[in-house]
Amino acid sequence: MNFRKLAILTTTCLFIFGLLITPALADFKIGAVFSVTGRTSFLGDPEKKTAEMVAEQINAAGGINGEMVELVVYDTEGDATKANLFVKKLITQDKVCAVIGPSLSGTSLAVVPLAEKYRTPLVSVAASFKITWDEKKNKPRYWVFKTPQTDTMAVEAIYTHLKANQINRIAITTVTSGFGASGRGELIRLASEYGITIVADEKYGPKDTDMTAQLTKIKGTAPQAVVNWSVGPTQVTVLRNFRDLGMMVPFYQSHGFGSRRNIKLAAGAAEGVLCPLGAVNVAELLPDSHPQKYVTMKYLNDYKAKYNEPLSSFGGHAWDAMYLVADALETVGCDKSKIRKHLENKKHFVGQHGVFNYWPDDHIGLSKEAFQMVVVKDGDWALAR
Amino acid sequence: MEQITFASQLLQYVITGLTVGSIYAMVALGFNIIYNVTEIINLAQGEFVMLGGLIMVFFHVVLGLPIILAFPATILLVTLVGILLDWLAIRPIRHPSVLTLIIATIAASIIIKGSAMFIWGKDPLDLPAFSGRIPIKFLGAVIQPQYFWVMGLLIIIVIALTLFFDRTLLGKAMTACADNPDAASLVGINVNRMILLSFALSAGIGAVAGIVVTPIALMEYDRGAMLAVKGFGAVILGGLGSFPGAILGGLIMGTIESLGAGLLSSGYKDAYALIVLLAVLFFRPSGLLGSVEVSKFKRF
Repeated sequence: MNFRKLAILTTTCLFIFGLLITPALADFKIGAVFSVTGRTSFLGDPEKKTAEMVAEQINAAGGINGEMVELVVYDTEGDATKANLFVKKLITQDKVCAVIGPSLSGTSLAVVPLAEKYRTPLVSVAASFKITWDEKKNKPRYWVFKTPQTDTMAVEAIYTHLKANQINRIAITTVTSGFGASGRGELIRLASEYGITIVADEKYGPKDTDMTAQLTKIKGTAPQAVVNWSVGPTQVTVLRNFRDLGMMVPFYQSHGFGSRRNIKLAAGAAEGVLCPLGAVNVAELLPDSHPQKYVTMKYLNDYKAKYNEPLSSFGGHAWDAMYLVADALETVGCDKSKIRKHLENKKHFVGQHGVFNYWPDDHIGLSKEAFQMVVVKDGDWALAR
Repeated sequence: MEQITFASQLLQYVITGLTVGSIYAMVALGFNIIYNVTEIINLAQGEFVMLGGLIMVFFHVVLGLPIILAFPATILLVTLVGILLDWLAIRPIRHPSVLTLIIATIAASIIIKGSAMFIWGKDPLDLPAFSGRIPIKFLGAVIQPQYFWVMGLLIIIVIALTLFFDRTLLGKAMTACADNPDAASLVGINVNRMILLSFALSAGIGAVAGIVVTPIALMEYDRGAMLAVKGFGAVILGGLGSFPGAILGGLIMGTIESLGAGLLSSGYKDAYALIVLLAVLFFRPSGLLGSVEVSKFKRF
């Protein structure tokens, strides 16, 4: 036969052949969006590394019910528009079973409508309680869960410690980002419950490099303690300015302080600073009887062995999210509404940041007991009295 | 904690304001030097400050050189970057108009910022304070020793620049170029070399600012843009082209920022100095110390 007929025949055969071949799809595709680069890379980078490590560990142990797990990660760069784009891509093009992330309260709030619209479970690794709680309808968001403790719990942990130390006049300094504003709201809301009076309420921007003016104003009100609510370089700058001004009252940081790098950058100013941290940060300090001792020590050793860098509190949130989703996949397979139902009823999940108990009206799963009050001593963490 | 009086608080605001203002003043001086000789606004000025801080971290923290060696080494290296900026971005432009050259400096600032990100990463880096961190108490306010270094270096730079421009031949040659480049080249002054020198000087001053502010506020790769904006604001406030104006403008901007954040709302800190700048421009467009006739001659 002539060339033209041969070409048509070959093409048709290839086409039919191609249709018949189904690629060896990993049945269990988990999508993830983190702020791997950008100003908040200290959140997204360890989260991505942890998620990849967990996926590897699961596959090395034979996968979930024999099927390999495929993790698809996109970098939001901390930008809400990109987060939106990538979550949509994960759901519609990559066809994942569930989505983990995003890393920030701001980006998470931007993508929760997508979880509802595409009926896909979303497990965020960001802090604000508004991520899982629909304030307008006054009930939890059906498809959205999260693994980090909320700022409410962190504030409660701090206030409990203040009350136990008979401190009732405090000054607060907060950053004007989503994280800071949410924390500030909770600090103000819960103050009277713990008998605390806020004598000064100062703010600063996320790119500010000098907060001595705000701290000087606070000095003028003579508080018994200062509570700072920010994450990123500003939490170190405020602390340094605080010490530079010679202020000696107890200084509390938010749970955003959870990284040894912050202690180092504070150049000695961090000594004596208190903050609420998830158990993952103090794995070595936990008593053997602590329910989270085993998983936190294992994570600590695995992460250090694989990446040769100190572990980060934020990576722990990704660990919790990954294993929660993996557990759901193992039990019900890649059925989105079944995964959602399973997550909603999961009890006694021992994670890096607490023991989770989810309920239909509680998609956060933790309480203030998920925080240990920790103090910086000799350049490292120690459990606070 | 002992209460501090309102007067001490004011004093504290003024002290920190003057310190931050000194940095703005140094940036403003850099702007003015280049503007005077070339009529270009070098929008990469902030990057020189950033490079000063980060390169000093490299020499002092990474390589372990003592400050006395690392300081001049850093200034030299940043001056080199300034010279490269002139050679590679400014001089090759074939039909230079001021606008084209300004855009070239914007491009250069982006390239410098990107390179800094690759070399040093995105985290802020720290320098140990030159003479320790023990705060000095003064009338209820607290002064960090590093603040003295900042203000002291500003004074030294001002004195050095004044001597240079008034008493040395090279300085006078640069002033001549600033006044009238055609006439200057007619009397034998190499105008290109003067331009090169102006970039080198600005880079050097920016480097000093970066080195001396890092122990107070840390330094990261993207600090340059905000510094350039505020420094430029100081330039306009003081009068474009005027050295005393640059210093006054910088100090005023820093102090207003600090007072505004302390006495009014701290959330709007960045806005205060810029609002004052706008107000001054409404009533006195040539700036506080700028002269109206000179501003008519210059293209801006």
